[in-house]
Amino acid sequence: MGGTGWLLRRLGYGVILLVGVVVLNFLLIRLAPGDPAEVIAGEMGGATEEVLAGIRASYGLDKPLLTQLGLYLANVAQGDLGMSYFFDRPVAELIGRRIGPTILLVLTAQALSVVIGVALGVIAARKPNGPLSAFVSVFAVIGYAVPVFWTGIMLIILFASVIPIFPVEGMADIRLRDAPWWEQALDVAHHLVLPAFTLAVIYLAQYARLSRASMLDVMGADYIRTARAKGASEGTVLFRHALRNAMLPILTVAGLQFGNLISGALLVETVFNWPGMGRLAFESILRRDYPTLLGVLFFASMMVVVANIVTDLSYRLADPRLRNAK
Amino acid sequence: MTSIPDAIAPEAGAAQAAAAAAESPAREAWRMFRRNVPALVGVGILAVILAATLYGALLYPGNPYEIVWAPHEPPGATAAFPLGTDYLGRDLVAGLLTGGGPTLAVGAAAAALTMAIGVSLGALAGYFGGWVDDLLMRLTEFFQVLPTLLFAMVLVTLFSPTLWTIAFAIGVVSWPQTARLTRAEFLKIRQLEYVTAARAIGARNGRIMWRVILPNAAPPLIVSATLTIGVAILFEAGLSFLGLGDPNTMSWGLMIGANREYVLDAWWPVTFPGLAIFLTVFAVSLIGDGLNDALNPKLRGR
Repeated sequence: MGGTGWLLRRLGYGVILLVGVVVLNFLLIRLAPGDPAEVIAGEMGGATEEVLAGIRASYGLDKPLLTQLGLYLANVAQGDLGMSYFFDRPVAELIGRRIGPTILLVLTAQALSVVIGVALGVIAARKPNGPLSAFVSVFAVIGYAVPVFWTGIMLIILFASVIPIFPVEGMADIRLRDAPWWEQALDVAHHLVLPAFTLAVIYLAQYARLSRASMLDVMGADYIRTARAKGASEGTVLFRHALRNAMLPILTVAGLQFGNLISGALLVETVFNWPGMGRLAFESILRRDYPTLLGVLFFASMMVVVANIVTDLSYRLADPRLRNAK
Repeated sequence: MTSIPDAIAPEAGAAQAAAAAAESPAREAWRMFRRNVPALVGVGILAVILAATLYGALLYPGNPYEIVWAPHEPPGATAAFPLGTDYLGRDLVAGLLTGGGPTLAVGAAAAALTMAIGVSLGALAGYFGGWVDDLLMRLTEFFQVLPTLLFAMVLVTLFSPTLWTIAFAIGVVSWPQTARLTRAEFLKIRQLEYVTAARAIGARNGRIMWRVILPNAAPPLIVSATLTIGVAILFEAGLSFLGLGDPNTMSWGLMIGANREYVLDAWWPVTFPGLAIFLTVFAVSLIGDGLNDALNPKLRGR
């Protein structure tokens, strides 16, 4: 019932949130100290009077505020996020080139942290007072407290000089440019190991702690006793009955953490020179390239909106009771 | 903690007397906390770090900005510079002692702002419900869509990077979780009898919210405030690392960012400030976990 209707409503709400982000971007440009045209051109863009006049015309900066907002929204709706005056390229094109690596990094880190974290948590929950349980608890507090960029730098020191088995910089080896695609894919995967692990490790610890607690909760439930009583094997009890129910809080947290994961990716990309949106944001800050920076904010918010919708969808898949809810 | 308003004291008095016969909740919490070894370790670590930050410069005079020796002197090689020097030849111990101040101050100020915004909005939403709740929750959802660090970066870049703008930016991006938590507590508590009683004797909304409900919602909020300080410190460190800190102020994050290019020549200028950040946040979260165990006995063991 109503699955399509639900999805449409959910998508509509996502679009409204993104329009909100665009309005916020507009307000930020207006609220920043100084002439908005100069803000858009960027302090180090070497903006001439001609360029500034062009910006004033195309953004309608001499018109009333609401007209300006309307123009800005209309431009974004057509996929025009403005020009980066530093790179002399449309912002959308710059980000389009950088969004793939960020998605690859974030999704890999998310998958690593959920899969390894949940596995650790499930195993630890079987012996609530065992050594692995203690390890998971300590590891969770440590993982929470380590600055992610520092973990990355420590791994660089370790793998650049002590055990040089993983590349510590960039996303691909330029010498492999003409190699067959699978060799290039392997090369990217090889470069991905350290950044993805760095990003995953904080969340991995949290998922381990959470899934341990959640499993302990669920294992005391009546339906687990019923499953055992009817003679189900331990594996069936753990994975079919317990884990499926214990996954709900983990899904919630995984969805909520997505925004933080993108923030973390920003730092990790900077540390490892990973050519993604975070690295682009860092470069545009150094150059006071505001249109690019605001464009990255827009695209990153869009990734969070999409992730939230996917989370809600997987919720409905995991819990049949929700399928009939609004 | 605020006391229960005088007007309803007689009613609450009986319950209080019964509880006092056993033990007051605050005292019980303190007793629990005192026996929590990890939490006490956290208090110890934090006390040492605070003392070093506040008084370290008196015992170890040294200018963290001044070039005093050859660059990249390893730790232990020269007695005068126990932790060595950075890429410019500046004393790392002096840097660490000075760099903690801004990090801790920004962390505390940002956490205070986060709590102020989050608790106010969450309280209004949870107490009034209806369209107020709808409006405020939509606002919260909107802020949760913005990736926090990126949004803070934008704010700090557009407005000049002083310690206060950084604290402000961190506060503005971090409040939604606090708001949600406060709202949930207010929703739960506003249905309880003592709130109805306060309303029946004519207490105004403001008084009920801040004098009746808030003290009873305090335990989870105190825990959340502690954890918020940890997050804010990591945030400040991240911003400084990216070069968005106050450029005129030495901070732990700035030290890592400045020395990052040379890690393969010298590991120490990056390692020690990172350890300092880690230990601070670690101590704060041990204290937070300890408070959680002491104040929310029902959640114990999670």
